[in-house]
Amino acid sequence: MNNAKNQHASGIKNILQLGQSFPNHHPWPRALITSEIWHELIQGLANGAWTLLGLWGEPGVVHLAVYEEASGTLSVASLPCPDGRFPSVGRRHPPAQRLERSITDLVGLQTTDASDGRPWLDHGRWPLAYPLGTASIPPRSLAPYPFLPAEGESLHQIPVGPVHAGIIEPGHFRFTANGEAVVRLEERLGYVHKGIEALLNGMPLERAARLVSRVSGDSTVAYGLAFARAAEAATETVIPERAHWLRALMAELERLANHCGDIGAICNDAAFALMLAHCSVLRERVLRTSATCFGHRLLMDCIVPGGVSADLSPDGIQAMRELITEFRHRFPPLIDLYDNTASLQNRTVSTGFVRPALIKQFGCGGVIGRAGGRAFDARRQPGYPPYDQLDFESPVLTDSDVNARVWVRIREVEQSLTLIERIVQKLPTGPIKAEIQRPGEIREGMALVEGFRGDVLVWLRLNADGTVARCHPRDPSWFQWPLLEAAIENNIVADFPLCNKSFNCSYSGHDL
Amino acid sequence: MRKLLFQNMLRLPLTVAAPPPSAVALAELAEKVDQSARRRLGRSLAIRQVDAGSCNGCELEIHALNNPFYDLERFGFHFVASPRHADVLLVTGPVTANMREGLERTYRATPDPKWVVAVGDCGRDGGVFAGSYACVGGISAVIPVDLHIPGCPPNPMQLLEGLLALLQVA
Repeated sequence: MNNAKNQHASGIKNILQLGQSFPNHHPWPRALITSEIWHELIQGLANGAWTLLGLWGEPGVVHLAVYEEASGTLSVASLPCPDGRFPSVGRRHPPAQRLERSITDLVGLQTTDASDGRPWLDHGRWPLAYPLGTASIPPRSLAPYPFLPAEGESLHQIPVGPVHAGIIEPGHFRFTANGEAVVRLEERLGYVHKGIEALLNGMPLERAARLVSRVSGDSTVAYGLAFARAAEAATETVIPERAHWLRALMAELERLANHCGDIGAICNDAAFALMLAHCSVLRERVLRTSATCFGHRLLMDCIVPGGVSADLSPDGIQAMRELITEFRHRFPPLIDLYDNTASLQNRTVSTGFVRPALIKQFGCGGVIGRAGGRAFDARRQPGYPPYDQLDFESPVLTDSDVNARVWVRIREVEQSLTLIERIVQKLPTGPIKAEIQRPGEIREGMALVEGFRGDVLVWLRLNADGTVARCHPRDPSWFQWPLLEAAIENNIVADFPLCNKSFNCSYSGHDL
Repeated sequence: MRKLLFQNMLRLPLTVAAPPPSAVALAELAEKVDQSARRRLGRSLAIRQVDAGSCNGCELEIHALNNPFYDLERFGFHFVASPRHADVLLVTGPVTANMREGLERTYRATPDPKWVVAVGDCGRDGGVFAGSYACVGGISAVIPVDLHIPGCPPNPMQLLEGLLALLQVA
């Protein structure tokens, strides 16, 4: 025990050095480890020394990605499990639970001591069992999904979904309420599971980039960027400077558009439609500017491995300047409106509170994290170009309620505007794409980028011929969805849309 | 707030002119829609949007139909919260195996006469997700489809053109 503590103090790198390092993994280390080291990693995650970044499997191996805040180090530890079993991380560190259940559903690896053995993505509707493992027929026969119990006098249940009442993605929410107050919310996700990881296996790089860009449509730039950076890391490709800057421009446009949409939609869920109308105008302006600059409103497929597919159009700079002017003119009155409408504040202040300790434990990123005191922003740490040459702030609040999540979005809109302005000023000239060379051997890469929702992780293994051997995209929603269950506790049922919208987690990104 | 509302009264509307209904969509619909159904529905259609497995890109553009630029309600279209109130199901995505039953039950809950509009490349044939063990295919693999609006995702103008065709078929 003491020994383990000392090692935690001396850092993740020293622990992984005890394992066998995999040389072709970039830019961060990956090591094959023993079950003793695996247990030490679990211990470190459970006591808060490290943050869980991802947990995924393939036949015979389970991979764990961890982040060490103190040193800013990312690492991947791989545990061989030849008998198809591995010690549960989720048992001691709950953020890993749903990831583990998904590993069992997809790969067929079982945990030796799981605290929750229910299936997660497999609803018993697939034509086969363990699609990333044995892919065997017949499919598993699964009992009806047992929801967690909530017991007490005069409790009632409200089942919602998978088909919801608005223009949103499908998922099931099981509320147990005592009168108006929610006693327990349990999420049941997986309805939009599309089998993306299995489709990616063996795919040529360009097609794989298109597919990964559609893991979650609202974060298409973030996913395109994360996949491209992972592929470039794996093949050690250096891309032109201009491509880095154009990518950042796209990423900030995406952030701007989504934050505007969210601010409007949150207010609309408090029946304040005026804000939605104005914010949706601003959002539309961003999308039209994106189309003028790069040819696609949502910027789909604009980022490709090696660079970007479309250069900024000749009238792009002017369009961008006009957008900034419009925002500087129209956005401040909307902030005042939000700030000065007491009936709206009455709905958002202190609603949907999440304990900052939970946010830290779950390594919850994005707006939800930064509204609850967790400053993490992948653009700073681990960081990637061109943000290292740009001066910007990552606003952090500590109230951790719906109101704080609105304010973080407002501040991030302002930051994105400044970033776009500076990027346009400093945009270097030159080529926009480098060729990705065939690796000629098995190579691995990973990337962590900051989407509007939080940190998107992509882990990639390439075959010698450059096709995808295995790819795992991990959405920030994995560590945010569970906290929504905590946020709604003791709130009234009518505030759920408000809480949910202030989170705006991705169903598609999570279900994969 | 009063200042903002007052300024809006003085400003010209942002709303763009209506596009002509899509010729392709008209042709696809002409065979399928029967006169009596149209008479009963009039020029007012209630739409229920169903995400049967999309990446959520189509939903973003469907949302945009409600913004002041496209202002869908001026044509008599409005989004409703229940399939029981709907004339049109606007369905996106490849249909996932896990959503198949949800889509079928939504379809059955929609009263006749009803139309189904499949949105996006995935709605047509599964798009980039075609061939996956977890996807059943396009919308027509599960329920009868009257109209396809292609695109990845279709932009609001393309969505408008397709939907307006629904009102134009004689």
